[in-house]
Amino acid sequence: MKKTRLVRAAALAVSLAFVAAACGDDSDSGATEDTTAAAEETTTGDTTAPAEGGEAAGGATCAEGTSIAFFGALSGDAGNLGQNIKKGADLAIAQFNAANAGCQVSLKEFDSQGSPDQAPALATEAIADAAILGIVGPAFSGESKAVNPLFDEAGLSIITPSATNAELNDNGWKIFHRALAGDDKQGPGIVAYIQNKLAAETVGVIDDASEYGKGLADIVRDGLGDKVVASDSVDPAAADFSAAVSVMKDAAPAAIFYGGYYAEAGKLAKQLRDAGVEATLVFGDGVKDIGYIEAAGPAAEGSIITCTCADGASNADFAAAYGEQFPGETPQTYAAEAYDAANAFLAAIASGAADRAAVLEFLKSYDAAGVTKQIKWDETGEVAGNAVYSYKVEGGAIVVEGLIE
Amino acid sequence: MSDWLIYRTFLDLTVTGLALGAIYALVALGYTLVYGVLRLINFAHSEIFMVGTFATLITATNFIGIPLLEEGNYPYRTGFTLVAILLACIVGGMVVSGAGAVLLERVAYRPLRGSGEHVGAVVLAFTTAFTVSLVFSETTRTNVIIGLIGTAPIAVLYLRIFRRGRQAPRLAFLISAIGASTAIAEAVAIWSPRDREQYQTARVLEKKVLFEFLGTDVRIDYVLVVIGALLMMTALVLFVNRTRLGRGVRAVAQDVETAKILGVNVDFVILITFLLGGVMAGAAAMMFTLVYDQTRFNIGFLLGVKSFTAAVLGGIGNLRGALLGGFVLGLGENYGAAIFGGEWKDVIAFILLLVVLMFRPTGILGESLAKARV
Repeated sequence: MKKTRLVRAAALAVSLAFVAAACGDDSDSGATEDTTAAAEETTTGDTTAPAEGGEAAGGATCAEGTSIAFFGALSGDAGNLGQNIKKGADLAIAQFNAANAGCQVSLKEFDSQGSPDQAPALATEAIADAAILGIVGPAFSGESKAVNPLFDEAGLSIITPSATNAELNDNGWKIFHRALAGDDKQGPGIVAYIQNKLAAETVGVIDDASEYGKGLADIVRDGLGDKVVASDSVDPAAADFSAAVSVMKDAAPAAIFYGGYYAEAGKLAKQLRDAGVEATLVFGDGVKDIGYIEAAGPAAEGSIITCTCADGASNADFAAAYGEQFPGETPQTYAAEAYDAANAFLAAIASGAADRAAVLEFLKSYDAAGVTKQIKWDETGEVAGNAVYSYKVEGGAIVVEGLIE
Repeated sequence: MSDWLIYRTFLDLTVTGLALGAIYALVALGYTLVYGVLRLINFAHSEIFMVGTFATLITATNFIGIPLLEEGNYPYRTGFTLVAILLACIVGGMVVSGAGAVLLERVAYRPLRGSGEHVGAVVLAFTTAFTVSLVFSETTRTNVIIGLIGTAPIAVLYLRIFRRGRQAPRLAFLISAIGASTAIAEAVAIWSPRDREQYQTARVLEKKVLFEFLGTDVRIDYVLVVIGALLMMTALVLFVNRTRLGRGVRAVAQDVETAKILGVNVDFVILITFLLGGVMAGAAAMMFTLVYDQTRFNIGFLLGVKSFTAAVLGGIGNLRGALLGGFVLGLGENYGAAIFGGEWKDVIAFILLLVVLMFRPTGILGESLAKARV
């Protein structure tokens, strides 16, 4: 009995300590925010000149250990996409370091496996490392929602080369930027493609219940309205999608849109084709990876994949530099966007921005020609332009079709 | 009425539900057998299934040498070749899963039972030394050498801890099970060539529609899975009911102490029980790759949880219960997914379990391996 009471008292003490710590944290971060704001004001006064562009000036100097970070999935279900992003950022940094002997920037990696559950701990780690001046990432929308508030609190700028969820820029995060148009642009592009190019009168829509997948699928559902004859959701962790397949088989639509990532898209495509469903399969940018074709095999043939990302391989200079850095490889999905994102940070560092507040301020007025587009952000962090490209799976490869009108 | 989705897709869902249910049932048998004999939930059983899927993958791709694609299409085979490949795959899966289950028993459970286990302690000692060496070096060869050097002293320590007659508390078995599960999954994740990525298995069976039943296509792979699972289960039931060893299994399930007095080699019977469960999981693994052509290091997790649910649903410890539970679960979640939407599929599985347990706390058929109502 006595022992129990002791345990209870201890538990109470521990929980009180936690509460106190939590409160302490709050006031701390409040203070940080204040100082950040103050720092911003001072830098506003100083930096008036607009950025001169992605290419570094040559003789830039910076503190030793200055770094930017990659944040996203390097392993796990959609790890390929993160690897592409990391390579794009790697290339930008390698070029910068070669041109600026007095400023050697390094890229730190935070492998979240794309999981919103694992991301916050990694984000805290990244925030605690004062040498990190900017984040290329977070790669996916779900993890972005989980960690961007943390980055915002810490005043650590992010440029995501891939998180496209339409609502991400509505959160008032001062640090948020993205290097490609969001799903509010991609969704209508998909709708236009299905209606005009495929001329499909009946459409089935499936999503993976993720922040990204469901978000994009809902935009497509709204856009297509009455043409959506069947709708379902799947658990991406499951191997068997037979319930969703039955629903699609029953409705027999002319086209099926799936909002989700490539590994599940592959399983789904295969199971749909095995069941005799012949609809044209349409996917968003999360499926634009060779992993989809590997998983789906011949079932992938003829699939349409849209992306607000540009085809890095069609920019000859970039593709050549990429091939030099990674022998035998061509730039894959998001690599070019990541390259542009990293270059924005590097330009900030080259301009003399030595802390996070200065980098954030620099990005506000950044306006330079990137590999993918003119990189310039509005006040919500949305990049200028709204290009949506379509790609098609042909002969076991993802081939660019062009801009969706 | 005919406007309802469930009404129009009912037969289609039934066919796919039965096939998935058959796989659940085969895996559930492993949970049920071990529970019946040891009163232990072997949570590492899901990884035994996962290892089996990789074994069928390696059998087809590496040993037989079937490519994933041939001239842009699946490497379909027909006739005798097809049968031979399928048999080789199922045997590969059963052998590896069976061996894995036996090893698991010796390493993760037997030392805890206080039977003075030597082999298990030595394997465990090697694993410990090897794992520790991973911290210091990344080359596999160095790891193996450090592992081998470290084995002797650690084995001595383990043999002292796990000495004869020293039975660990019940909770220790459960923790050992969870630990073994994570260890096996992570080992496969780290040492397989593509890490945590999904793997494709060669598709040799063309998934043709075998016949049409009231307007619903019945595919050949589904038919094979259901028939195969029923055959495996019949063989298991015959083994437990008709053979000397099977009688031993039933005796130990009824009363360990009495069985021991009457001359049953309890450790051997437990080993056989794990072996049977592993073999069933191996067969399930091959059927799984037959239908879905893919696997991953964590494929066992969700399927394991579902199969365990199936075992409890039917009455854990009861062989016929595992069969019934598997089919009820496979069908129930498919129907449920069509009625409420696919995102509810897993929720439905567990609500089904709760509802059944509310009215029949020991499952549909009750716990009764011991009473030989198999």
